[in-house]
Amino acid sequence: MTGPGAGSGQSVAAEIEALYRSHSRRVLATLIRLLGDFDRAEEGLHDAFVAAAAQWPKQGVPANPFAWLVSAGRFKAIDRLRQKARFDASVTELTMRLEADADEAEMVLDEKTIEDDQLRLIFICCHPVLPADAQVALTLREVCGLTTEDIAHAFFTAAPTIAQRIVRAKTKIRDAKIPYEAPARNELAQRLDYVLSVIYLVFNEGYSAASGASLTRPDLSAEAIRLGRLLVALLPDPEATGLLALMLLHESRRAARATADGEVILLEDQDRALWERDRIAEGQALVRRVLAGREIGFYAIQAAIAAEHAGAPDMAATNWVRIVELYDLLMHADPSPVVALNRAAAIAERDGPGAGLALVDAILARGELGDYHPAHAARAELCRRLGRLDEAASAYDRALSLAKQEPARHFLEKRRRELGLGG
Amino acid sequence: MKYVCLVYLDEAIFETMSEAEGQRLINEALDSDDALQASGNFVYADALELPSAAVSVRVRNGELSATDGPFAETKEHLSGFIIIEARDLNEAIRLAGTIPMARYGTMEVRPVRELERKDVDD
Repeated sequence: MTGPGAGSGQSVAAEIEALYRSHSRRVLATLIRLLGDFDRAEEGLHDAFVAAAAQWPKQGVPANPFAWLVSAGRFKAIDRLRQKARFDASVTELTMRLEADADEAEMVLDEKTIEDDQLRLIFICCHPVLPADAQVALTLREVCGLTTEDIAHAFFTAAPTIAQRIVRAKTKIRDAKIPYEAPARNELAQRLDYVLSVIYLVFNEGYSAASGASLTRPDLSAEAIRLGRLLVALLPDPEATGLLALMLLHESRRAARATADGEVILLEDQDRALWERDRIAEGQALVRRVLAGREIGFYAIQAAIAAEHAGAPDMAATNWVRIVELYDLLMHADPSPVVALNRAAAIAERDGPGAGLALVDAILARGELGDYHPAHAARAELCRRLGRLDEAASAYDRALSLAKQEPARHFLEKRRRELGLGG
Repeated sequence: MKYVCLVYLDEAIFETMSEAEGQRLINEALDSDDALQASGNFVYADALELPSAAVSVRVRNGELSATDGPFAETKEHLSGFIIIEARDLNEAIRLAGTIPMARYGTMEVRPVRELERKDVDD
């Protein structure tokens, strides 16, 4: 204890408030391990902060607030179980077991254990036994500390729907007896994929939001970047690093990628002075770190492509040779038709629109992207550059017949009009 | 955020209980209120008399009418409520789950809507 005179009641209250923001998720992660249950841990977390608010103004803030909160939360939880045991004999055994654990030698709470607990929490929230939307909701609530109402608002969903998702997810974790462990080495890569895709999904949800309604949304992209940083700090994996770099590089272009009223601005037309240099520098440094290593994957390659764009003064001065090389690499990591389409667009920049169009037509001929409007929009753009305006118009019409979202439709209609052919 | 936990019960379940069992349940419910108070989540709670003691009031066209009831054709009816303070809906659900009556009936958890007074131009 720092003893009396540590500060006025008001400043202690402010300190507790700040501690809640900075530490509550970490205290929760450790309590889940110690108490073996999400709800019991949340109850303990809450009780610990209530106890802190009652005791710290009088006794001063303890020297190690984290350990104090964990210990208070755990003993309060045991107290509650003891009370419950009066009514329900089945909890007696559990109470005794938790008490015995607590009586054991001093709890080990070094930095490593605390970090491991956080990692366990992330992996359990993104466990493949849970549906994807539940993984997202649980991660945002338990790891990021967003309220259910915030999450519902961000995903344009009703709060009870999100609440049910979270309750079901916790029940599933309990019923399936999913251990509170980070995955073993042999399944780490596969389990990490789930974590990375949850983070990327959260990022894209914030990034692809049209303006207007999105202004009142909590900043999901910032939350995803925060999660990405936490993950890289806990687990310096090349793909986690690649994802963080990719998100930073995308985020750096946020201000330049749409007009005030939400119209899409293509990379080639963006005002590069609006790109955020700090984020670009951080993203590029992360890309260099990954490229220096032996492993490079899906996210890191995309980040490397984004880093090339971020470093180029304009479209013409972009290193398209390097970008095509990276797309070739990406085709190995993820041989999907969408990657092939993006590679075709890069080849059009390197070798001219004719070479790009031949590839786009070959992709469309394979049929997988027949209903994907960006494929038809890409075809239209390349036909336009080749002066084949009638073909461009019909490709835009096809794209328009497939595009559902307003910003994309506006953009396509504008391009179609600029051909000057009439409808 | 404040949430109201509305307790819907079929009070016939109490008829099957001995007097001592019934009193134990009441004590447990009061202990639960105390526990919510201690954790800073309690705002207010009360049990309600049976719907047969209720009167429905309406004013239509300036006329007040009062009728007995409501006598809805349901076995479960509103028999009490607990107002709690919780960080979010999931915390409210967790807290509602600790209330003993949740084991006997249905607990409807509803966020409280804060009304705000604003000047209105006529």
